Amino acid sequence: MTETAESQGENKSIFLSSLENLIPNSGVCALHQSAQIALFYLPTTEARIYAVGNWDPIAKANVISRGVVGTLENKWVVASPVYKQHYCLQSGMCLDDDGYRLPIYDISIIDDGVYLNSRL
Amino acid sequence: MSRINVVVVGNGMVGHHYVQTLVDSDIDANITVIGAEPRPAYDRVHLSEVFDGKDPADLALVDREYYASVGVTAFFGETVVSIDRTAKSVATEGRRIVPYDKLVLATGSYPFVPPIAGNDLEGCFEYRTIDDLGAISAGAEGKKVGVVIGGGLLGLECANALKNLGLEAHVVEFAPGLMGVQLDSGGSEMLRNKIEQLDVKVHTSKATNTIAPGDQRRLKMSFADDTELETDLVVFSAGIRPYDQLAKHAGLELGERGGIQIDYHCRTTDEDIFAIGECASLGDFIYGLVAPGYRMAEAAVSQLGKDKVSFSGSDMSTKLKLLGVEVGSIGDSKGETEDCSAVIFCDEIDGIYKRLNISADGRFLIGATLVGDCSEYDTLLQYFLNQIELPVNPESLILPSSEQVPALGVDALPATAAICSCHNVSKADISREIQQGCLSLASVKESTKASTGCGGCAALLKNVVDHELATLGIELNTDICEHFQHTRQDLFTIIQTTEIRTFDELLKQHGRGGGCDICKPAVASILASLWNDHVLENEHVPLQDTNDSFLANMQKDGTYSVVPRVPAGEILPAQLIALGEVAKEFKLYCKITGGQRVDLFGAQMGDLPAIWSALIDVGFETGHAYAKSLRTVKSCVGSTWCRYGVRDSVGRAISIENRYKGLRAPHKIKMAVSGCTRECAEAQSKDIGVIATENGWNLYVCGNGGMKPRHADLFATDLDDKTLIQYIDRILMFYVRTADRLQRTSVWLESMEGGLERLKSVVIDDVLGICSDLEAQMEHIVKSYQCEWKTAISDEQKLQRFRHFVNSDKGDDNVVMVEERGQPRPANEAEKSKTKLKVVSAA
Repeated sequence: MTETAESQGENKSIFLSSLENLIPNSGVCALHQSAQIALFYLPTTEARIYAVGNWDPIAKANVISRGVVGTLENKWVVASPVYKQHYCLQSGMCLDDDGYRLPIYDISIIDDGVYLNSRL
Repeated sequence: MSRINVVVVGNGMVGHHYVQTLVDSDIDANITVIGAEPRPAYDRVHLSEVFDGKDPADLALVDREYYASVGVTAFFGETVVSIDRTAKSVATEGRRIVPYDKLVLATGSYPFVPPIAGNDLEGCFEYRTIDDLGAISAGAEGKKVGVVIGGGLLGLECANALKNLGLEAHVVEFAPGLMGVQLDSGGSEMLRNKIEQLDVKVHTSKATNTIAPGDQRRLKMSFADDTELETDLVVFSAGIRPYDQLAKHAGLELGERGGIQIDYHCRTTDEDIFAIGECASLGDFIYGLVAPGYRMAEAAVSQLGKDKVSFSGSDMSTKLKLLGVEVGSIGDSKGETEDCSAVIFCDEIDGIYKRLNISADGRFLIGATLVGDCSEYDTLLQYFLNQIELPVNPESLILPSSEQVPALGVDALPATAAICSCHNVSKADISREIQQGCLSLASVKESTKASTGCGGCAALLKNVVDHELATLGIELNTDICEHFQHTRQDLFTIIQTTEIRTFDELLKQHGRGGGCDICKPAVASILASLWNDHVLENEHVPLQDTNDSFLANMQKDGTYSVVPRVPAGEILPAQLIALGEVAKEFKLYCKITGGQRVDLFGAQMGDLPAIWSALIDVGFETGHAYAKSLRTVKSCVGSTWCRYGVRDSVGRAISIENRYKGLRAPHKIKMAVSGCTRECAEAQSKDIGVIATENGWNLYVCGNGGMKPRHADLFATDLDDKTLIQYIDRILMFYVRTADRLQRTSVWLESMEGGLERLKSVVIDDVLGICSDLEAQMEHIVKSYQCEWKTAISDEQKLQRFRHFVNSDKGDDNVVMVEERGQPRPANEAEKSKTKLKVVSAA
């Protein structure tokens, strides 16, 4: 789905935002075409930026970027700001109800820009 | 063994306990229940609480669905009219014939109505069932006076019910004292004094001759001493009589004073018929309490199985609260045993009476009476039931604040000690459950049912559970979350003493991992309570809960609601106009809140700064509706306008609201100020309530509305302005320091050891020597107040976050409004799919 390593087509990086617009240890939302992407800037982690869908499938609202970020048993997670379910930022899995999963996005930081890696 | 047909007649508390016990046993039985009342069993013991606001449905012990699910056939609202012992069947008035192998009579009792002329006039009632309550309640509509005939336990319960209905309540008792069965004359007299102080009129040694239509009120009672009493309602509660007619007609033997005669196995004179509860008579004694009834039910069930147990009588000790007065009676409470001696403590000032009856050899407790204070009941009951040898000075067990009260620790209780007598749970039962993995009070309660009957053993049960857990070396984990091995209180102390100012620093020095949505907001709140930096400073933003982080309340569709502060509900015309204009411009839904302000719903995140800019222009400040902090100080209009007001409640409320606005706390705080005792501001349902008196202000604390309402406690009376503020400062800061995360003041007080008295000693007597500290801390909060929105809109960097997309000026296309009653509201899913194709983000 979103595993770029398996992708066949040519990778294309799309500029989303400059890094200074992101808030350390918190989330913002970026728009790409019609997709809302929640970007979490965690400067101390290896990935530095995690990106998941902004749509909360349980609350049915575009709010994930506004959740509190933290760790649960060594996984980086975001808590839905509406009903507080936790989603793993790496896999998108909902840790409280495995019937739900957020889409995840592949992000690169190039210089001071945040890019979405797309396979088109 | 083949499956047997068991028919249970009567579905009261005991009848239901029989069914439940049989269902839980390994006896293979077809069970049929026939109950005359239209509803399944309910908790009759707490009946009067219905008039105190309890929902009758909450009294239910079982429902039809449950019986169906365990294969019990149940008929309600059907009276059994006859037993055919030869054919072994019962017949109901609806002509239903139900055959039985074993028949259980749990028909209970009915209130005794003395044969007084006029006892059937309109306005006369009985007090026994939920239907009776309904009739009394309807009969009390618009009426003033109610009389209970009978000054026993049920009579006083009933007087409480009448009082709760707003009637002037009288109790008329034939005997010289109240609760003559349980109390000696000294205890009875003390109870009378206390009840009279509660405005219940007590008439003892009064024999009612007739009831007739009255002159001023509906009814007139005439007594043997030639006096009269006019009343609207008469409720009979002069004892109970067993429902034994059915058994009598079937030819079963009755006891001398009525009741179906049973043996130690609860068998009647027909070996296939059992009788249990208040309809049964064992040795010419009727056990009119629920605990012995439960024991009978269990004994009767056991006769159908292998391990037969007998019922040979039961302890009739009881502890209860009548009209708020604690009354306890243990064993031979009146000291009628030959050669026994008594130790009596009587305090007429505080209204406390305690009596110990001690065996002739001075070694054992044979009974006790407690009125006004039952705190020693559990301990004394253990001394009595387990025949534990008394200490050398037994009086030390009941004397107030004596230094050397020999503590009867949980340790000293034998394994057989009955902890919960309603459900017959011993200390050994609790140990066993804990060893089998019930590691919390809640799970022990669930598995043993202990403390789910009358609830009188709740404190003792907690001690036993804590003790047993400690014995097993199990520590309760009170860590706030996986990132800090500390409670919220610990974290507060750490932050205060080390003067740590950021979460990252705290995590580095005292925690592990990355924090989470539990500890981050909790620490953010503590940091704000102590240092009061702006919550949107860079290092604090990531800690804030949803609402704090955008200084507004997120609604289900991701939009926000906006609530400006309206101190005490006083608002300028220009502000009202501005609210309307803002709502129109930004298409917001308007609603008046319960806290006397206006809530504007449906604001898009990107519009919040512009909305606030317009509101601040007319003098509004943020209302902190989004924060765990002071919300509103509600007020009535007070002496300025009101004919009855004695003080300026609005002015007082405004100054209080302005003082504490912005104070962040473990949970939200609501306050109110009423200008007179009519209490139109409903201050007694608030965390802090202030009510004007002729001489100053009465202060109420730790009330609550919401899911679990709690009436506030009177903390201090007739305070001057300065002392009032001083006390509130101290109480609030003490709460901020010591409460658990998300713990309202009501729960905080209830879980505080020593409760209200403890809080008073800390705040008024300064026993901890922290009051000046608490005040200084509050002074810092007051001085460092800033309107968070005013600061935010003048700071470009903080405003950066207030846009839905970091890379676009568009709004959220999932936010769709439709119009209803002239205002916008969020479209539901069906409406959305009609108006447009929903755009779901997908990879």
